[in-house]
Amino acid sequence: MAGPVALMGVPEPPPGPDAPPAGPPAEETERALGALRLVAAELGRRAELAGGEAAEVLEAQVMMAEDPSLAEAVTARTEAGVSAGRAVFEAFGVFRELLAGAGEYMAARVADLDDLAARAVAAAAGRPMPGVPVRDEPFILVAHDLAPADTALLDLQKVLALVTEQGGPTSHTAILARSRGIPAVVGVAGALELAEDELLLVDAADGAVYVAPTEEFVEQAREREAERRAAAARASADTAPIRTPDGRTVKLLANIGGAADVPDALAAGAEGVGLFRTEVLYLGATEPPSYEDQLTAYRAVFEGFDGRTVIARTLDAGADKPLPFLPLGEEPNPSLGVRGIRAFRETHEHLLDTQLAALAAAAEGTGVDLWVMAPMIADATEARWFAAKARAKGIAKVGVMIEVPAAALCAREVLAEVDFASIGTNDLTQYTMAADRLVGALGALQDSGHPAVLKLIAMTAYAGAELGKPVGVCGEAAGDPRLAAELIRLGITSLSMAPAALGEVRAALRT
Amino acid sequence: MQRTVTVASRVGLHARPAAVFVKAASAATLPVTIAKEGKEPVSARSILAVLGLDVRGGEDVVLEAEGDGAEDVLSRLAELLTEDLEG
Repeated sequence: MAGPVALMGVPEPPPGPDAPPAGPPAEETERALGALRLVAAELGRRAELAGGEAAEVLEAQVMMAEDPSLAEAVTARTEAGVSAGRAVFEAFGVFRELLAGAGEYMAARVADLDDLAARAVAAAAGRPMPGVPVRDEPFILVAHDLAPADTALLDLQKVLALVTEQGGPTSHTAILARSRGIPAVVGVAGALELAEDELLLVDAADGAVYVAPTEEFVEQAREREAERRAAAARASADTAPIRTPDGRTVKLLANIGGAADVPDALAAGAEGVGLFRTEVLYLGATEPPSYEDQLTAYRAVFEGFDGRTVIARTLDAGADKPLPFLPLGEEPNPSLGVRGIRAFRETHEHLLDTQLAALAAAAEGTGVDLWVMAPMIADATEARWFAAKARAKGIAKVGVMIEVPAAALCAREVLAEVDFASIGTNDLTQYTMAADRLVGALGALQDSGHPAVLKLIAMTAYAGAELGKPVGVCGEAAGDPRLAAELIRLGITSLSMAPAALGEVRAALRT
Repeated sequence: MQRTVTVASRVGLHARPAAVFVKAASAATLPVTIAKEGKEPVSARSILAVLGLDVRGGEDVVLEAEGDGAEDVLSRLAELLTEDLEG
């Protein structure tokens, strides 16, 4: 995929009070006021594209950036020898204090001002503004990192591909981008040094990015991509079950985030859903989703899979994948903190109860074979707690995700409490290798094919075979054609992956 | 020249009503100030200053302008504030 670069900046700390101005006061004034004009223009563009209520909020922000009193406050500072960036920051600070003092009505306006200030400070330094850029023409988004909520809301008409500096291949951003069919290459050091509008070629299959490629090179890449797609399409058309040499059948399932992904999953020949990430529906929600909302959303998914299995995972929140309605607070080490099922064990138990009830009710009458599993289960006690809860709500098949090494090491005890398990190789790898998924520099350690990870997978599969309970894999490893065959040899009974990966994996397993 | 007006919008001079008022004041031929009674006046052309006044629905504000046409300008703005601008 080739296209022009659009940079998304990083919110940066404001310049200090003693930051030296880059030029004489007149130049600094012009730089600072110019930054405010850039911010107003950018938000004006957004307002035009947004329409409706969002447009009104954005227009109000444009008025703030164009506020004559703000310009006065900025100018007074730059003329006194303060740097443009610092002057902008301080001037916004004055009004921030004013609005913050004006009561709870103003909380949202204060947040708006902070957003404007961050943009203006970046613009004054000549750097890209934070926030997903808005363009008329399709572009390749280049960012330091992207929150899952931002990734989920990317405009597919505009964003041709995504390149980030941070994040390993199994970061939520990369997974979410892949599931939405956005070619993504993550962990590209120095990506933000690229120039705005520079031509970039993104080869997501090889995880490579080429700057200013020749026309010929772009054409070759396009042909390779077309060949890959054709091979995958041929394999998708042949949906006979995969059989292992020892006579087992292995199910190939799809990972989805909502009803919007169902057509792709079915078209790719998915035999069912191995991972329905229910939290994807609610990444932007500030209020907990109601029972009725969930019922509607789940039913829309289940209706597409009459007579087939759908494995739904209960809401999986974490500090790196926050759900705004589920405040978890700042944690020194989010991946070892209150995430997954842990978020519901104490204070938010009722939300889990509501979800389980909604899942059970949504399945009724749709003909779907619903399985429900909990994320981040650590041991048999947690598994028992969840299984009792889910069964009480009428869920027939209850399972757990195996992502914590402790759960894999005691797989037999854990599986004894439930009906099935699904291995989340991304987190299992992160925890086994002690390598944060979000740290690009540790990419080499984030290898789901590492013998240490494969041993834990084998232990879990073995326990499943002993107890006669299915053990699938739903992490990125399942969608890696080079690893899929290995997983099946270890005794894994199903592989669940992004619909786009199904064809290639099927093709690899047939040979 | 001054004019005291009671703000009709239920939300007061926030959100949409504030934006409509500031736009009108910015388009006016004369600079206008707005104040809560007994407080320092601020420029009616500054959305940030107007929001900072935190005027609630039913509260009185004092508009002030000087010069030719001040009466017309104040009347128009006063009229705006006595309407419900939320719609």
